Amino acid sequence: MTVSAHIGYVGRSIPRLEDDRLLRGAGRFVDDVDVPGQLWMRVVRSPFAHARIVSVDVSAARAAPGVVAVLGGEDVREVEPIPLRLEWPGYELEPFLQPVLARDKVRYVGEPVAVVVAETQYGAEDAADLVEVELDPLQVVLDARDGIDPDAEALRDDRSNEVVLMQKGYGDVEAAFAKAAHVVSAEFITGRHTGVPMETRGLVADYDPGRGRMTIWGATLVTHYHRRVLSRLLGLSLNQIEYRPTDSGGSFGVRGDFFPEDFLVAYLAYKLGRPVKWTEDRAEHLVATNHARQQRYEIHGAFDAEGRLLGVRTEIWHDKGAYLRPTGVTVAEITLGILPGPYRLPAYDAKLHVVMTNKTPIGAYRAPGRYQTTFARERLLDIAAAKIGIDPVTIRRRNLISPDEIPWEPGLVYAGESFLLDSGDFTGMLDKSLEESGYHEWEQEAVRLRSEGRLVGNGIGYWIDKSGLGVYETAGIEVDPSGKVRVLIGGASTGQGIETVMAQIAADVLSVSPQQIEVVYGDTNLIPDGVGSWSSRSTVIGGSAVQAAAEATVAKARRLAGQFLEVAEEDLEVVEGRVFVRGSPTRGMSFGEIAAQNDTVTAMRLDEDPGLGARKIFVDKHMNYPYGVNLVQVEIDPETGGIEVRRAFCSAECGKAINPMLVAGQAAGGVAQGLGGALLEEFVYDEDGHPKATSFMDYLLPTALEVPPIKTLLLEDAPTPTNPLGAKGMGETGIIGMGAAVGNAIDDALQRAATVHTLPVTPERMLALLDTPATE
Amino acid sequence: MTLEPVSIEINGATYTRTIEPRMLLSDFIRHEAHLTGTHVGCEHGVCGACTIQLDGKPVRSCLLLAVQADGHAVRTVEALAEPGADLHPLQQAFHEEHALQCGFCTPGFLMTLEPFIRETPLDAVDERSIRETLAGNLCRCTGYHNIVSAVRVAAERAHATGAGATR
Repeated sequence: MTVSAHIGYVGRSIPRLEDDRLLRGAGRFVDDVDVPGQLWMRVVRSPFAHARIVSVDVSAARAAPGVVAVLGGEDVREVEPIPLRLEWPGYELEPFLQPVLARDKVRYVGEPVAVVVAETQYGAEDAADLVEVELDPLQVVLDARDGIDPDAEALRDDRSNEVVLMQKGYGDVEAAFAKAAHVVSAEFITGRHTGVPMETRGLVADYDPGRGRMTIWGATLVTHYHRRVLSRLLGLSLNQIEYRPTDSGGSFGVRGDFFPEDFLVAYLAYKLGRPVKWTEDRAEHLVATNHARQQRYEIHGAFDAEGRLLGVRTEIWHDKGAYLRPTGVTVAEITLGILPGPYRLPAYDAKLHVVMTNKTPIGAYRAPGRYQTTFARERLLDIAAAKIGIDPVTIRRRNLISPDEIPWEPGLVYAGESFLLDSGDFTGMLDKSLEESGYHEWEQEAVRLRSEGRLVGNGIGYWIDKSGLGVYETAGIEVDPSGKVRVLIGGASTGQGIETVMAQIAADVLSVSPQQIEVVYGDTNLIPDGVGSWSSRSTVIGGSAVQAAAEATVAKARRLAGQFLEVAEEDLEVVEGRVFVRGSPTRGMSFGEIAAQNDTVTAMRLDEDPGLGARKIFVDKHMNYPYGVNLVQVEIDPETGGIEVRRAFCSAECGKAINPMLVAGQAAGGVAQGLGGALLEEFVYDEDGHPKATSFMDYLLPTALEVPPIKTLLLEDAPTPTNPLGAKGMGETGIIGMGAAVGNAIDDALQRAATVHTLPVTPERMLALLDTPATE
Repeated sequence: MTLEPVSIEINGATYTRTIEPRMLLSDFIRHEAHLTGTHVGCEHGVCGACTIQLDGKPVRSCLLLAVQADGHAVRTVEALAEPGADLHPLQQAFHEEHALQCGFCTPGFLMTLEPFIRETPLDAVDERSIRETLAGNLCRCTGYHNIVSAVRVAAERAHATGAGATR
């Protein structure tokens, strides 16, 4: 039997299908959606980090012009807190979930306390200022390590601030340290920063009481999860709720989870019988949307005389903020799971404290756990190398798992499965990265510039990522009688190019052009189920589902064409969206003609479903592990403490790059974000827990002047066996090793080990480091 | 609040409204003229997503009141290419070079860059001048790398077709 001829869109850097509308300003983002008669919602937020709520007086706000409703926490007391989306066995997390409006206590600045609904956006904002919230301030907990002290103020009256104490590991760590030639200990801190997409959050909800249907517009990561949560909190059936995804102005894992506002907007539309719209402003976004990253490590490495790892022991404090958001303790799980990385680590013992503090809740931000843990591990390796007297490349080469040790499964369980490296050529990646980047020349350049008195240095961050999770994804293909193809997926757009990538995968199987394919994501009316776009899962799991649905569509087209043309299926060929009899190209039918001819009556006669298309689910048996290298060259200005990144390189093992141009784009964006977390971005709080970074004047995103040209190397040396594409998830590429590489480069620039312990290395911190005498 | 009459020309059409004097120009463009291609990313003049051209010069529409634009001409991203017509060469360069991902900041970049390409001689278009021009617009997706490439491509094409500036 002839399989459809492959045109070969997969693997090609075709420009994106979604670009045209976005370039013309014709994208439809959530604030672009207006529904006649809509009201505007404004959230009243806590000005205190920790306080008892004495009273919420809404009378003046209610009397303000154009105000339709004002709600306080008491009005929604019966509503259960927002449930978890990701749960792992063994933890009791319910007491730490966030209520939709604060009740009894507020626990961070920015926590929703009341909501105002008015006829206009400006009017709602005016009235929100009239809500009188009387608060009785309490002591604040701002540091995770201090928070577990028995004398610390408790965020919840009947509980410790420690949500869980996780312990993971394998091997005999005691023995490893006992026989070590070198033991290296260090403390590392990753700063509080987050994704900060350019579009803030927003929602429009419209309840139609006649039909009993709730329609919600907005960008979400997982519409089907949102629908389940809203169904539970509102008491409507799943079928009464429809989500209509809009274009998304970036997500990076933070935007599009289920937040208190996701309930409040829908609830108000339901109660008031009028459409309600909410658009978050930037000041709100910086305190209300998930923060990320803040962790402290105490880490000890045992090495033999040549620098081979014998064991790692670590204790980590994970500042979780005031509530658990829907990803629960997943970031903490991954932090521990990914720490061994690509190295032959025989023994590992890790403890992690998840601690509540009076700050914005922490959630998942692009490469959650990996950015932090890679910083700690890769800094430890550089410090060890200096102590042992070998260079940073050599210590990595001595410890990287070799291809003949794959599959590597040391016996570490996290996020519900075993840490298993099923494919990889880690030393090959290192060699190719050094070669492609011209790292040797970077080193010579740095030596030359240092001899001129300049503080220039190079750094490496070797990273592994994890991709997948969420187990399955759904996809459907529908061929229109016109020949147009619609691909339906359970994923979401985060701006990553999901429409183009899915169209490429479907196009190859269907032997049609991607331009003939429309990709619809997340629409709950058209797509019965889906798991969404997070954890770099959409291409690997969603794409595999699309491939399966496309294959089933071709099989059905052949079956039907065989009937309609009265020939045996074996005698049919499929080329360019047409099925024809081999040797007689004129005797055939296009997919569109097959779809049209297979009408309901015909389909009944043939015992088929009408039309042409298929629905499939792909189940991912195991996460896959992308990996790569970040390299940077930095220069320190000794006068100002400013750090310039002069060069940046990122490599990634893709398994299979569906669209290399898009993968390189993800990598470059990741590098820039990683640079932000390493040097610029930090949510600073004062001693009372008031956030000091609430605008882009204080929270500094990298601009085109801080980000250098970025060189990328994409390899396809180690396809994963876990999906038919062989693809590894590329959404979190580029960012992971940046904190580590920058820290290591600063050491190199100063020709001194063990300088950088805390990210971001702000000018203030850099000047302090320059003033610290060398100790090692 | 007293209302003020304003008359603002946007992309060649005149919008006459009676509005609150505190209304931002960005809100006027989006909610009164219903031209939603202009995006609001920070409302304090840092991110540049809301950049439009006021009498030909790139400005942040969130830092102006609509009443300040009374009698002036505004140009937004929708004016770069007619619906259904070919993309503007700068938009085409963004498309080919993959200079956008989520696309939310893109209209602001385009409105900042279009006069730069028109007015800068090709020999003055280099890595530094491009990045300095871009520095007032934040992009969170691309790392700017491909935006720089797109500007270079667009500038070279503008020069080749005589649409660019000469010394």
